[in-house]
Amino acid sequence: MDNTYYDLLTYVVYGSAILVMLIGLYAVLVKKSLLKIVIGLSIVDSGLNLLIVSLGYLKNGTAPIFSKGFFELAADKPMVDPLLQALVLTAIVIGFGVTAVALSLVIRLWRHHHTLYIDEIKNLKW
Amino acid sequence: MKKVLVILLLAVVGFYLADVFIGIGFGNDHFVKSDEIKPVKDIYLQQTVENLKVSNAVTSIVVNFRGFDTLGEVTVLFLSVTALGSILYRKRHHAGDRSVLFSASSIVTAGSKLLFPPILLLGAYVFIHGHLSPGGGFQGGVIIATGFLLMLLAYENYTVSHNALSIVESFAGITFAVIGLMGFMNGGTFLQNFLPVGTLNDLFSGGIIPIIYIAVGFKVAAELTGVIYTVLNEKGDQKNG
Repeated sequence: MDNTYYDLLTYVVYGSAILVMLIGLYAVLVKKSLLKIVIGLSIVDSGLNLLIVSLGYLKNGTAPIFSKGFFELAADKPMVDPLLQALVLTAIVIGFGVTAVALSLVIRLWRHHHTLYIDEIKNLKW
Repeated sequence: MKKVLVILLLAVVGFYLADVFIGIGFGNDHFVKSDEIKPVKDIYLQQTVENLKVSNAVTSIVVNFRGFDTLGEVTVLFLSVTALGSILYRKRHHAGDRSVLFSASSIVTAGSKLLFPPILLLGAYVFIHGHLSPGGGFQGGVIIATGFLLMLLAYENYTVSHNALSIVESFAGITFAVIGLMGFMNGGTFLQNFLPVGTLNDLFSGGIIPIIYIAVGFKVAAELTGVIYTVLNEKGDQKNG
């Protein structure tokens, strides 16, 4: 693979991951519905995970698994960084926990106010 | 006006983030290698093959090198599930009292009965082979929880025993902690390997790593099923909250 291909890929991969993050942040900052805010938080999570995983990639790299196929076919190729993948595994699980607790708080607010729009919940204003 | 401001702010944030990451570059190996200094990745990969005999390097990092971190992660998951249960707590909790918009058709009920055992089998396969192939305890646990989600969506009066879930969950958590503490008995550190490691690419290899990942799989499956069950039993429009 030549270098211009990887230069283009740099913009595509990091640009799309950052774009996903920004879309999530936009939803958190602008949207009025609590459900959409929670969805925005989990979109930020996904974008960040994409960014961290793509940071660990190496040119012509293979998956960090020492299977039989690796030793037969790809033993001379470098392995991508497994540490970042392990960190993202942790981050996905923590993201699930955050989303679950946030959604339960949303359900609790729905029980009291019967609305999800933060403009209509009067107790939030002071 | 507010939207324009937010878009401007996000454009600035995005520009500087992209600037930093494009400066790093995609797929470059920046580390200057020498004989004394190696990147931490190479040490992990070397130790994974030579000492632990585990095929999947991600598994060996998650369970062995960063095993304490994983114990904390499992604790965070447990804590969030407990928080969800306590926030959504209700005194009266009828079985089959589920918020259903419309009942599932007979195709869904028959098909889910057919699909439920294979889904459980796939989940068990994924977390038993967590040290050999992509996957592991967390992924396998999530697959098993989707099987329970399918059953809960298809059958309105399908119930999961909360006691059984908490027994499975606590037993799996205790297994993780006890295996970690048994490392001390052999004069080592927390989560140190004390079982024979076997040969590479063998099902019974890696010492304590598969056992811990199986425990994590059971724990995650029980916790996620509990979350799904709690949220599905939540009725939207009840007067007394």
